[in-house]
Amino acid sequence: MTPEEVVGRLRSGMTLGIGGWGSRRKPMALVRALLRSEITDLTVVSYGGPDVGLLAAAGRIRRLVAPFATLDTIPLEPHFRAAREQGRFAMTEYDEAMFMWGLHAAANRLPFLPVRAGLGSDVMRVNPELRTVASPYGDGEEFVAVPALRLDAALVHLNRADRSGNGQYLGPDPYFDDLFCEAADTAYVSCERLVDAFPAGTAPQTLLVSRHSVTGVVETPNGAHFTSCVPDHDRDEPFQKLYATTPWPEFAARFLSGKSEDDYQAAVRAWREEDAT
Amino acid sequence: MITRAEYCVIACAEAWRDSGEVLASPMGLVPSLGARLAKRTFSPDLLLTDGEALLVGLDGRPEGWLPYRRHLTMVTGGRRHVMMGASQIDRYGNQNISCIGDWERPARQLLGVRGAPVNTLNNPVSYWIPRHSPRVFVERVDMVSGVGYDHAVGPYHRLPRVVTDLAVLDFATPDHRMRLASVHPGVTVDEVRAATGFDLATDGEVPYTREPTAEELRLIREVVDPGGLRDREVPPR
Repeated sequence: MTPEEVVGRLRSGMTLGIGGWGSRRKPMALVRALLRSEITDLTVVSYGGPDVGLLAAAGRIRRLVAPFATLDTIPLEPHFRAAREQGRFAMTEYDEAMFMWGLHAAANRLPFLPVRAGLGSDVMRVNPELRTVASPYGDGEEFVAVPALRLDAALVHLNRADRSGNGQYLGPDPYFDDLFCEAADTAYVSCERLVDAFPAGTAPQTLLVSRHSVTGVVETPNGAHFTSCVPDHDRDEPFQKLYATTPWPEFAARFLSGKSEDDYQAAVRAWREEDAT
Repeated sequence: MITRAEYCVIACAEAWRDSGEVLASPMGLVPSLGARLAKRTFSPDLLLTDGEALLVGLDGRPEGWLPYRRHLTMVTGGRRHVMMGASQIDRYGNQNISCIGDWERPARQLLGVRGAPVNTLNNPVSYWIPRHSPRVFVERVDMVSGVGYDHAVGPYHRLPRVVTDLAVLDFATPDHRMRLASVHPGVTVDEVRAATGFDLATDGEVPYTREPTAEELRLIREVVDPGGLRDREVPPR
């Protein structure tokens, strides 16, 4: 598939899960394709990074479900921050563990899972729909019943994938990309490189995402840019800094106004050459 | 001459004394120097990460795998002592890193609650505050991210200490109000009170934060932080 074909399967108003973590291995090429479409009114479910920032700046988010949004080396995501301060979307603010168990519940077709997190904090105040559940065993402890975070679609980015949708990560952390795919009705994997087959001797635990949970695959070299996708590429720190410090209209005009992912990558190369001189 | 930053490193290291075989999760430079000092001296069994997904020894060589999914199990299993930051903290140790102002439409959006709610109900949580001020030490935090003693639930809530550039604080009082446990040499009790937006409990005369040993000082200066980065987080004064 192409990024445009993936986005062609998505609709305004959907609940969209985005894999990766912070500014790490985000399916940025698919997010950029979303920005080139008219799709809006999204509920975005993410361990947030610049995926959230870009979609927020472009006004595509109706509700954000997240425990944070950060660029890692730049702690505060500037566009997430601006959008929150201007009240431009609704938010479901969960703790990191609540978020993970919400995805587990969805992947396991459970309505909720009990979690020892959230109670006593203002997560309960700002999410008044959250319910609690008491242990049915002798201890009687009360837990938060985190509702399933069921997704209409998931977008994840991996190092390698085959055409049938098996995806491999080669970095140190799988994040929760398998879980996002399993929690979703449809899931799309972008990858640095498409392979015909995984060679014999492939470490089996690197094969993170399986084809039964994947709808479509796209090859997008450098597609996580500017987030990290080790060992294929590190985070592009100078470009991330540019993103974080350039007024949005200027950044969007220069890098996001093209017709394709290739146009974006060409604009980044042009900037890098200019920056080097 | 021992610098303020060096007292802060010692005070952070002390958080991990007698912790046993647990993950030390320091957030911020001075806490990470403290964790490494503790591991090199009185808490050799501590586990440390490379900041990504590896557990590493003091020489940087891998000894284990700790991606986020396993890290969260380390939290809920209780085999971890984290030292987090705080944009605001109150007398019972409620901490805020989410936003300043009304949550619905914050005056300043910060990080979000991150893992503070799960951390505080499951594993010991200490705090590191590099600038002790009334803007941080407030009567009431705007968004309770880390849970304080007056909101604590469940069997595992524990906040061992709060280390700042001025002092060490803890909650060793009958109703778990914050107590001034020690001031760093060169700081007065009045200075700490003036920099705190609520009344601090004290227990008789407030002692000074302990002195580093000669060997600890050598380790800080020559091994753990030879570049002197600690002075950037806590400038000499």
